[in-house]
Amino acid sequence: MGLEAKLTQDGFLATKLDAILAWSRKSSVWPMPMGISCCAIEMMAAADPKYDIARFGSEVMRFTPRQCDLMLVAGTVTYKMSHVVRKIYDQMPDPKWVIAMGACTSTGGMYRSYPVVQGIDQFLPVDIYVAGCPPRPDNLLNALIQLQEKIGRTKARDFQNKPLPELNIIQNN
Amino acid sequence: MKEIILNRLSSAIPNVQLEFSEYKNELTLQIAKKDVVEVCKLLKNDTELKFIHCEDVTAIDWAKRKNRFTVVYHLFSLKNKFRLVVKADVDESDCNIDSVSSIWRAANWHEREVYDMYGINFNNHPDLRRMYMPEEFEHYPLRKDFPLLGIPGSLALPKK
Amino acid sequence: MEIVNRDEVHPKIIEALLKADTGLSIEDALENEMILNMGPQHPATHGVLRLVLRLDGETVIACVPELGYLHRGYEKMAENMSYYEFIPHTDRLDYLAPMCNNVAWVLAVEKLAGIEAPPRAQYIRMLVSELSRIASHLVAVGSMAMDVGALTVLLWTFREREKILDIWDIICGARFTNSYTRIGGVANDMQPEARSKVEWFINQFDENLEECEKLLNSNRIFIDRLEGVGVISGEDALDLGLTGPNLRGSGVDYDVRRYQPYLFYNEMDFKIPTYPEGDCLARYFIRIDEMRESAKIVKQILDKIPQGDVLTNQPKKVLPQKYEVYSKMEELIHDFMIVNFGINPPVGEIYHAVENPKGELGFYFVSKGEGHPWKCKIRSPSFNNLQAVSHLVKGYMVSDIVAIIGSIDPVMGEADK
Repeated sequence: MGLEAKLTQDGFLATKLDAILAWSRKSSVWPMPMGISCCAIEMMAAADPKYDIARFGSEVMRFTPRQCDLMLVAGTVTYKMSHVVRKIYDQMPDPKWVIAMGACTSTGGMYRSYPVVQGIDQFLPVDIYVAGCPPRPDNLLNALIQLQEKIGRTKARDFQNKPLPELNIIQNN
Repeated sequence: MKEIILNRLSSAIPNVQLEFSEYKNELTLQIAKKDVVEVCKLLKNDTELKFIHCEDVTAIDWAKRKNRFTVVYHLFSLKNKFRLVVKADVDESDCNIDSVSSIWRAANWHEREVYDMYGINFNNHPDLRRMYMPEEFEHYPLRKDFPLLGIPGSLALPKK
Repeated sequence: MEIVNRDEVHPKIIEALLKADTGLSIEDALENEMILNMGPQHPATHGVLRLVLRLDGETVIACVPELGYLHRGYEKMAENMSYYEFIPHTDRLDYLAPMCNNVAWVLAVEKLAGIEAPPRAQYIRMLVSELSRIASHLVAVGSMAMDVGALTVLLWTFREREKILDIWDIICGARFTNSYTRIGGVANDMQPEARSKVEWFINQFDENLEECEKLLNSNRIFIDRLEGVGVISGEDALDLGLTGPNLRGSGVDYDVRRYQPYLFYNEMDFKIPTYPEGDCLARYFIRIDEMRESAKIVKQILDKIPQGDVLTNQPKKVLPQKYEVYSKMEELIHDFMIVNFGINPPVGEIYHAVENPKGELGFYFVSKGEGHPWKCKIRSPSFNNLQAVSHLVKGYMVSDIVAIIGSIDPVMGEADK
């Protein structure tokens, strides 16, 4: 993001530019499916012909983080897996958003036990939480629509001066 | 079926102590932990018994008995359509037992899982390391003195 | 001539050597082997499976799988909750065929406690098990085809699977992780709409399966990628602990429904398909044949199913219906006792195995007479099937690994417990 992020005042041209950029960002949100367990199957079901996710702009689910804007964390995240998830989140270029799909990612879900992280917001910034175990595909599409509305309200200067991700420092919780 | 097993085993290895028990049509054989490899080799290779399928190897933590752990082997014979459960007691002070992964290769990962969850060492195992928990983890989760919610600080989390 | 750094000497020399005239003969241009990490996040490892490979060029010399990225502590949780409370957890074990796991758990608990479910409930359990088998094999065939490149087949099999999920939605209210079975029967009776929908689905299933088969069975690329890849013999497979379609693809016809029959499978007429070759193509054909056999079983069940109630009448062990709990006194007390203290089976141990679509799923309980088990071990088929991966991929190329894992069809939810 170069020149347009330096616009700090809300004149006519600036807001029109912001609107165009926000519209283009929200109409083609390419998800990165971090499919870990059962919610991944409902995510695949959201991409099948009955609950088509491609009609909302998420035409491709690229499995490489470098080409995606949205990370759909679907499935229980354990302590061993959390480092992998964080590494992949760090590799995604800005602007990026995170949807925490299902109860396991929101709060640990039905697994109140030793290896499960009780909510991925302990190590990732989350934008939308989707309830359900697993959430129906329509629920996931609702979350995608709400995320698109949230993206539609962003301005271009929100994505300037983001700090570069540091190296992975392991913190004992 | 119980008599056949008893006859074949006692005729082949006479000085091994065998104890049978039956519960709801399931036969259980209790042996001492030093005889595990001998008995299992016989159960697999004997032409009449042929327990060639090792379904499961697991352990029970009794938490207050004299022998704290019991290692349990589930064997199935396709020829006789019969399932046998073999048990061997292991005490906490001498927490190791011989490995049967040379007899059934399927027992390899099961024994690694028992080591990871209970801390029982298996002698002569080709590759004994942790299965599920990360290598730096210091406790054994399925023991009865490990709490369900875990010990805070034992597992690392990335920084936000 | 350019000046190179000390660190860059080795690859540049190799490059120069390879580009030089072919009069030179080099013993081994890459002197050392490469270690490659096919990490937990990968499009083609079904779930979070990590494979660390040692490669010589593209040929695999050794492979070490690493599990544990989805270890959720099921066995420890089972020791702390009652037998009823664990039924929703069994859904999430093999999450592609959730009803099969429910049936397996409930059968094991009923064997331990000495309860018998009424015949209509047993038939309904068989029906949903076979539908789960079809659903799971659809995903298996679809993802294996997608991994080797045929993307259309995945969408067609998912279209069929959506019809099965609709049936489950009508029967018990949940599409996917439905905890439908209860100790002593099933949660509610099968409605007439559900039955007619099952009939409609089975009648059109054969043709749709044939459409998918027409795309794959004589496809040159599909057969070339799968034939002769990942060969394992019958004794090796049995020694390594494989069960299910993977074992039957090597010629051994071990099926728990025939060897240790449960429910009413000994009255049903179905074949057990086996293929002797032992490669990925054989495992694919077995899954297609098993889907056809399951459809046959469903047709027989719909003919034979009797009328009756779906929960036994043992008030101390079986949860009563909710409308009775809200209006009658004894049912309220029984509900309270069962939910808070559990069903208290007798002291003893039990092992019960059923035939899951992936293999043999077994539950081993040790009970001390309390409401929750003292120990519960889940013998999961995918854990044992994955043990054979390091044996199967030796000597093949990196792209064959994808086909081999697709044909073994592991589910990490049950492999990691």
